[in-house]
Amino acid sequence: MTDIFWWVIFPYISITILIVGLIYRYAFNQLSWTAPSTEFLGKKSLRAGTLLFHWGIIFAFIGHLMGILVPIEVYVALGVSDSAYKFGAIYGGGFVGLMVMAGLIILLIRKATVDPVRVKTSFADYFTVLALLFVAGTGVYMTIIYNLTVVHYEYRLTIGPWFRSLFTLQPNYELMSAVPFIFKLHVISAFALFASIPFTHLVHMFSIPVKYPARPPQQYRSRSNYREEQL
Amino acid sequence: MRIKAQVAMVMHLDKCIGCHTCSVTCKNTWTNRPGTEYMWFNNVETRPGPGYPKRWEDLDRYKGGWILKDGTLQLRAGGPISKLANIFYNPNMAEMEDFYEPWTYDYDNLIHSPKSENLPVARPQSQITGEYIDKPEWGSNWDDDLAGGSEVVPLDPNVEKMQEHIKMEYEKTFMMYLPRICEHCLNPSCVASCPSGALYKRDEDGIVLVDHDACRGWRFCQNGCPYHKVYYNWNTHKAEKCNFCYPRTEAGLPTICSETCVGRIRYIGVVLYDADKVKEAASVEDPQDLYEAQLSCFLDPFDPEVEKQAKEAGITEPWLDAAKESPVYKMAMKWKIALPLHPEYRTLPMVWYVPPLSPIMNHITNEDELDTDGYIPAVDQMRIPVKYLASILSADDEEVIRKVLLKLTAMRVFMRGKTVGGVDEFKQSELVKEANTSPEEIEDMARLLGVAKYDERYVIPTGRREMDDDLYYQQGACSLEDLAPKEGMNPTFAYMKAREKDHETG
Repeated sequence: MTDIFWWVIFPYISITILIVGLIYRYAFNQLSWTAPSTEFLGKKSLRAGTLLFHWGIIFAFIGHLMGILVPIEVYVALGVSDSAYKFGAIYGGGFVGLMVMAGLIILLIRKATVDPVRVKTSFADYFTVLALLFVAGTGVYMTIIYNLTVVHYEYRLTIGPWFRSLFTLQPNYELMSAVPFIFKLHVISAFALFASIPFTHLVHMFSIPVKYPARPPQQYRSRSNYREEQL
Repeated sequence: MRIKAQVAMVMHLDKCIGCHTCSVTCKNTWTNRPGTEYMWFNNVETRPGPGYPKRWEDLDRYKGGWILKDGTLQLRAGGPISKLANIFYNPNMAEMEDFYEPWTYDYDNLIHSPKSENLPVARPQSQITGEYIDKPEWGSNWDDDLAGGSEVVPLDPNVEKMQEHIKMEYEKTFMMYLPRICEHCLNPSCVASCPSGALYKRDEDGIVLVDHDACRGWRFCQNGCPYHKVYYNWNTHKAEKCNFCYPRTEAGLPTICSETCVGRIRYIGVVLYDADKVKEAASVEDPQDLYEAQLSCFLDPFDPEVEKQAKEAGITEPWLDAAKESPVYKMAMKWKIALPLHPEYRTLPMVWYVPPLSPIMNHITNEDELDTDGYIPAVDQMRIPVKYLASILSADDEEVIRKVLLKLTAMRVFMRGKTVGGVDEFKQSELVKEANTSPEEIEDMARLLGVAKYDERYVIPTGRREMDDDLYYQQGACSLEDLAPKEGMNPTFAYMKAREKDHETG
């Protein structure tokens, strides 16, 4: 029963909150939809923190796609040996995980100490950073310490298929029961973080301006045509 | 040909007295909210000086505007790909230090402090952190009237560029005021810098606006604008900028900075331009050709062909009439006495400046004995070096400045001749030839510049509203507020009524 809750009900609830919340905020409160940059208030120590964190999390995202979304059969078919995969996952994944953590810690210290930034930091901002730090921390722990000291856990046979089964609406929760605790904690905390996204500044991750390079540099907008487009 | 209309402004710097009324009324209207304290949509700078923000003309640092690289026009700060790569941290962006930390004073202490031997003081208090600031060290007009002296003047990038050392001895100092608003450029680099496409130029009147719903706070507009007239609101994390008081101009009223201008230095009018020519004009090789290239974009509103095509493009009769009466067209395009600010930024700015005439240097001892043609060399001997003006207004082309100053001098000589005699001499003089003007043109100029009647300074057609479906709902709504209130009075309308009444009763 607990397995059904954590590996079926809870993920679906989080994803529902994420999607409905995003749509609601986009539709009714776009005015608050922005990247929460505090660069204006002081550049000191921002550069290292923000670059480490953002690039780290982008590579971490790609790493998760490779490890969780891509089935192990693909690696077998491509002839990637387990040891080669392990090497890439542990050192590559561990490195970007440490980048994310280092960035977050720098940003957290900046938020707590640099004066104008401190005043402008809200509860949601602290929550976001601490939650990200927790998720990243468990991720780094299991990637580096658990894998190297306890046992290299082959999540591509359990967590991967379970995660993919969520998308087909046939959640295979039995796969998760034997997963080590630290991995479970990472997954659950990540889903909890997903549910919080619509309520924090993290929404800006969905605004990557992918259309920008293809757009003509100058933009004219007619008052009347704009209204028609909106209707 | 793609004809568009643009509402533009001319500022006659000779008449600016540096009173900052424009800045204050603008601030009270638009930027008195938390997060906007440091924003001056309109500011008046004392030149020479670093300006606001400090050294905004330093292109190497902020990398604003456009650059011509291998024959193509590119953003100086880098194109879309490099912007996406730098989206997490914008190395060229100005920070609060380059502006100032906004502060207020602890006025409460003046009222509520207990009885004591010494007078209570109102200590400066940061408007961001709420903490006391022991010693404010910079502000929006810290260097007003050259008060920073020889410490601050050399910070001016234009001064740095000038080869000869600018004299800071009392007898040789010079000074001018430079009021600045958003240029509402024909080729705005802020618009091109915006990754989310939130900035746009209005089709109807060319006003450059920020769509606050679409703005995602990527901050490239702030330094993408070489004039540094797009500001980042640290409270809402959105960009804000001068909106040419569009709720007023749409109602046919001048912007608040113009309306309240004590010296009557500002002129607002409509010009017609060919949008297809803009890119070509911004891409001419030599920066000194940009001024002429920009002028070639504008269309003669009296040309029947232009009129016909403008109507086809949806420009209405009142707008065409306004374009014919436009003071901006007269000053910038017809008489060519108004110049664009820093044309070398290649944005084709649409706020134009009539350069100031300054006192003739005192080695011309007896001005009364100066004959008419004697003023020709005097133009080069004015207190504000032509070189300095050229650095600001004509991409270092001193000949352009000289021509304008000659015309203004000719106007002065002729108008004085009308009362003290010498008109005939003037008509035969070299001055009138060199200034390329005529007594008729001068009379027109003197009326617009000197008499400067309200309805000749501001020829603003009203915006079209008939396509709006729910005007009643929008009454009393402020564009910067979240939702329109359900009921309310239209302040503009009430204001106009009151003014009509004033006019009737005298």
